[in-house]
Amino acid sequence: MTRELRPAFVLIVVMTVLTGLLYPLAVTGAAQLLFPAKANGSLIERGGTIVGSSLIGQSFAGDAYFHPRPSAAGQGYDAANSGAGNLGAINKALIEAQAKAIAELRAANPDAPGPVPADLATASGSGLDPHISPAGAAFQVERVAKARNLPPDRVRALVAEYTEGRQLGLFGEPRVNVLLLNLALDERLPGDRLSSR
Amino acid sequence: MNTADILQIIVFCALLIALTPVAGGYMARVFSGERVLLDRVLGPVERGIYRLCGIRPDQEQHWTAYALSMLAFNLLGFLLLYALLRAQGWLPLNPAGMAPVPPDLAFNTAVSFMTNTNWQAYGGESTLSYLSQMAGLTVQNFVSAATGIAVLVALIRGFARRSARTVGNFYVDMTRATLYVLLPISIVTALVLVSQGVPQNLDSYTVAHTVEGARQVIAQGPVASQEAIKQLGSNGGGFFSVNSAHPYENPTPLANFVEMIFLLLLAAGLTDTFGRMVGDRRQGWAIFAAMGILFLGGLGVAYWAELQGNPAVIAAGLDPAAGNMEGKEVRFGIVNSVLWAVATTAASNGSVNAMHDSFMPLGGMVPMVNMMLGEVVFGGVGAGLYGMLIFVLLAVFIAGLMVGRTPEYLGKKIEAKEIKLAMIATLTLPLGVLGFSALTLVLPAGLAGIQDPGPHGLSEVLYAYSSGTGNNGSAFAGFGANSLYHNTTIALAMLLGRFLVILPVLAIAGGLAAKRAVPPSAGTFPTHGGLFIGLLVGIVLIVGGLTFFPALALGPVVEHLMLGTGTFF
Repeated sequence: MTRELRPAFVLIVVMTVLTGLLYPLAVTGAAQLLFPAKANGSLIERGGTIVGSSLIGQSFAGDAYFHPRPSAAGQGYDAANSGAGNLGAINKALIEAQAKAIAELRAANPDAPGPVPADLATASGSGLDPHISPAGAAFQVERVAKARNLPPDRVRALVAEYTEGRQLGLFGEPRVNVLLLNLALDERLPGDRLSSR
Repeated sequence: MNTADILQIIVFCALLIALTPVAGGYMARVFSGERVLLDRVLGPVERGIYRLCGIRPDQEQHWTAYALSMLAFNLLGFLLLYALLRAQGWLPLNPAGMAPVPPDLAFNTAVSFMTNTNWQAYGGESTLSYLSQMAGLTVQNFVSAATGIAVLVALIRGFARRSARTVGNFYVDMTRATLYVLLPISIVTALVLVSQGVPQNLDSYTVAHTVEGARQVIAQGPVASQEAIKQLGSNGGGFFSVNSAHPYENPTPLANFVEMIFLLLLAAGLTDTFGRMVGDRRQGWAIFAAMGILFLGGLGVAYWAELQGNPAVIAAGLDPAAGNMEGKEVRFGIVNSVLWAVATTAASNGSVNAMHDSFMPLGGMVPMVNMMLGEVVFGGVGAGLYGMLIFVLLAVFIAGLMVGRTPEYLGKKIEAKEIKLAMIATLTLPLGVLGFSALTLVLPAGLAGIQDPGPHGLSEVLYAYSSGTGNNGSAFAGFGANSLYHNTTIALAMLLGRFLVILPVLAIAGGLAAKRAVPPSAGTFPTHGGLFIGLLVGIVLIVGGLTFFPALALGPVVEHLMLGTGTFF
């Protein structure tokens, strides 16, 4: 009996050292060597300050910026507390929240074409979705252009530049990274945003 | 339906089919003790482990000793993880200053990872230190997967051997599964994921000052190393609360594709390992085909349901073009969210890249049904195939009853003892799912966890206990599972679903190994053709349907009908 069981004691310790310490530390070393920026969270710096991560969404409320999706992470885009709404499809709370979001989007974007794109009125799975759909960006172009006193076509051109296609032409969905787009807006199309805010 | 979606599904299925014999052949060599390419590097490590642990690799075990070793190893792993979670506040590698995990949550989490369920009652980035993630969860990700593979390999030997007393050595199977299969693939996968943006560092959380002047604390850590084995070992417990929906766990569509492939790779590959080890590869492909049919059926229903979108919100002015995007990420869209949801519940992986709780009623029913069928559609690594082999025994038994012959499978007579043991394994699922769900619905402490009013509340309870008993680990995450009652009962469901299946399986393995082979005759029912595949699919659906349809009718089915009539809660 003990002959069958003794290995269990030592083996769990060996496995803990091997898969719990050596493995993650070796991967950490290799990752830091091969892909340092990505291994450290794809952070974005502007003027020596970290303004966020290109993979993590953040809140934007000003008219002069593109807005991300509704977020259920903490108080909204809390990157230390990811989360979703998780309400069921026949829950009145869900339907009312989305109907409210639709009404607010309509009011904030009076010149927007067509119906409200689905991603803009629904909370993402992570609460940190860095992207909106190309339709979600197009919906906001007029508002952003107006707030920056710019012709909408210039904003539209920037959106087109920042629209990512399917990866390798096949995987995933076309999308626009909100933080990268807004940073590009401030750098390349400031307009007279400051006076209008 | 659009072509880009269909194309992604086809590429996924084609690659999985192509990789199945590659992975299957490699694992067959590993578990037959043959030399493999990695021997040069890993051979000395393997022998060193045996020397250190006092394992004699040439000494095989009777099934009872095999089971005892497995239980002892799992118990120790559980105790170590529990202790680590309770003590994390005083241990190093805790830059965010996480407090000790409370007893009931630590118990639930330790059971969850030991049983390969990886149910998340904890919130990763808000509860666990880096040491707990690495030396605790990651370790169990490896060894619980290796345990599942070991049990399956013992069962395969039971079919393959003639008049044998032993079924292998648990410690050897466990070590070889970890060293030769899980570890090398995980290292490569982890680095591929880092190349896509999954972080891998030991720094404290980053403080960012956002463009609009807010402060954003960004949780990071050694994510990639855990993500890789989480997918490969059909574990599924996320580094972060929202699992693979989190952009740091799953940053790009390509990362998502890689994670989905590894989610099913070993479970699919093991069907071919089985075929090779019993000396007839057609037997493995027949089981693969049965699993594939069930997989595609579920995928079709869920894809259709999610593409519809929520009619109530569409009426309020939402564009129906993109489908139901609540709880889904833009980079994945409908097709990748649904493909993942079906794969992860078919495979008892339980990781999620979209929130199943917010799926449309029938879209959410498919993952639930996958779990209720017993996690046999590919299933967990090892666990899925030994679960499916239980259904195979039932299928040949029923076929035998129909023609009045003693049932045989792979040259072994299937007799009363095997069928009784198979029934114990089969009945475990309704006991855990329906038993604990019923208890939950009559106890105030149980009802307190329900988030959604109306029938969706029942769906949340059913999902939780299906996930626990099926050792899946995904959730209708609105369900408030982190309470003393649910932490305890879900942990019990997980233990039941794991060991009350493994022990009968090992007993069957031991019994079959001891039997002599019967030569096939004209009356032998061939188990590699279309007729058998159809029968097997039918048995899985009938057993699942008879057991769970009444409960499903009161949950997701009635939800779907109410959505149609505009009745909300």
